[in-house]
Amino acid sequence: MAAKSGRLAPYLMILPSGLWLLAFFAIPLVLMVSLSLQTGNLVDGFQQTFHWRNYVDGLDTYGDKFVRSLWYGLLATGACIALAYPAAYWIAFHGGRHKSTYLFLLLLPYFVSFVLRTVSWKLVLTDNGPILGPLRDHGIVPDDFHILDTATAVVSGLTYNFLPFMVLPIYVALERVDHRVVEAAYDLYASRLHAFTKVILPLSLPGVFAGVIMTFVPISADYVNAEVLGGPQNTMIGNVIQSEYFGNSAYPVASALSFTLMAILLIGIFVYARTLGTKDVLEAAGR
Amino acid sequence: MTTLTKPETAAPRAPKRRRRISGLRLYTLVLIGWLILPIAIMILFGFNDTHGKQNFRWEGFTLRWYVHLFDKSDLTTAVVNSLTIALLSTLITTVLGTFAGLALGRYRFRGRGATNIVLFMAISCPEIVMGASLLSMFVTFNLPRGYLTILVAHVMFSIAFVAVTVRARVVGLDPSIEEAAQDLGAGPWARFRLVTLPTIMPGVVSGALLAFVLSIDDFVISNFTSGATVTFPLWIYGSTRTGTPPQVNVMGTLIFAVGVVIAIISARRNARAVR
Repeated sequence: MAAKSGRLAPYLMILPSGLWLLAFFAIPLVLMVSLSLQTGNLVDGFQQTFHWRNYVDGLDTYGDKFVRSLWYGLLATGACIALAYPAAYWIAFHGGRHKSTYLFLLLLPYFVSFVLRTVSWKLVLTDNGPILGPLRDHGIVPDDFHILDTATAVVSGLTYNFLPFMVLPIYVALERVDHRVVEAAYDLYASRLHAFTKVILPLSLPGVFAGVIMTFVPISADYVNAEVLGGPQNTMIGNVIQSEYFGNSAYPVASALSFTLMAILLIGIFVYARTLGTKDVLEAAGR
Repeated sequence: MTTLTKPETAAPRAPKRRRRISGLRLYTLVLIGWLILPIAIMILFGFNDTHGKQNFRWEGFTLRWYVHLFDKSDLTTAVVNSLTIALLSTLITTVLGTFAGLALGRYRFRGRGATNIVLFMAISCPEIVMGASLLSMFVTFNLPRGYLTILVAHVMFSIAFVAVTVRARVVGLDPSIEEAAQDLGAGPWARFRLVTLPTIMPGVVSGALLAFVLSIDDFVISNFTSGATVTFPLWIYGSTRTGTPPQVNVMGTLIFAVGVVIAIISARRNARAVR
């Protein structure tokens, strides 16, 4: 009896989650692809016509938005690495007893919900807000200095919002670095620079790698930062998808755009993993 | 762990090194300051004696918004929706995800690799695509959207996170403890309740906390599955065009405070457990 239930046990334990993911993750994805090939409108309904032009038209019309999303994604991910690495390094190697306190302080803003955090960041960037207002009044910042509704505002918001997903994996990787290896490098007369570039940095790259995977996809697909901070000039592909669904009820085109976005991001991640990653993506993600 | 700071051989370079360390330290503190600045402003402007629709000029201290916290009934409803959805979603997700994580961490079975791939996809799929595909399904089947569809969606995107968290805990466990329980005559249920569950409990608790945070914070997927139902993030998003009222700052401050207190308490408890 024990042997039989033992063989079935994992399937029974997986079943509820599996069914849930099948019904609300896998099947909806398939239906989205199906919807993306349909024609029609909200009043008359949509028919399956295998209208591949939805994809061609989508890319034609919104190609620049795709490019901008990926560009903002690259900029913000790069900014996340540049900002996160030194802090993670200092905490991991010199944080001493207070390591967890510093990490906690770094993560503190993320106890505030994502949208509210973005709105608060907007307050910081507002022309007459509590930061720029006084600076302007005292002539420290010129009167024609604006940052809200610019690409800089959007990228800064994206960086601000997704920074912890970069800090944590880099910190974990640096924390794991065996200090004896670093000592060995010094014993072999490595300069501090060389000990860093030849030993510490390579050992921490898996953390950077994981951080990029965890930040680049959500950043490129985001539309909240562009909506709240960017104004009408800096919209990303997420804004287009959102407004095609809700503003225009153009479901087929919106579905085609969503699927294209997913395909671009997933292919990008796999290519990235193949060229740079030492391990395969699944393994990296399992960490 | 005592940290390696500098090798003994580097003694002549020590002063230079100390300066570099303090530079990085300063940088870390500035970074923390930058991150906390918007939150500090959010908290501060919950006390702002503002009279217009916009709340970005300091006009004096008041506790008015704390007293009139529940004046905007639709905002209150949104916060209550967020909290109840997060609780229900956490409950369902924790049960489902724990069993999935246990199965993945403990058993080798046909389909295990495929399940791991599905979980990875569910974690790495852009939220907007999940939201859009759920909306596509609701549109295709003409399903009305509302409280229930938000809840279903939240459970969907949290399951993988809980399963992975529990799996990580299970993988590090010694299976011989359970075998011992079996040898001592414990049935499957007793074994699970008295041996397995207590040992994986830290993983289950962190999975549950993660599920709660993911749910209460979610905007994108809720945006696509909500219909006329409004959650706290949706309400804030809707208010950005006309001006966010100070009550939002107060609600945000209170949720923030509760979260921080819970985090500190659990960190303290963990620290004591380690000692």
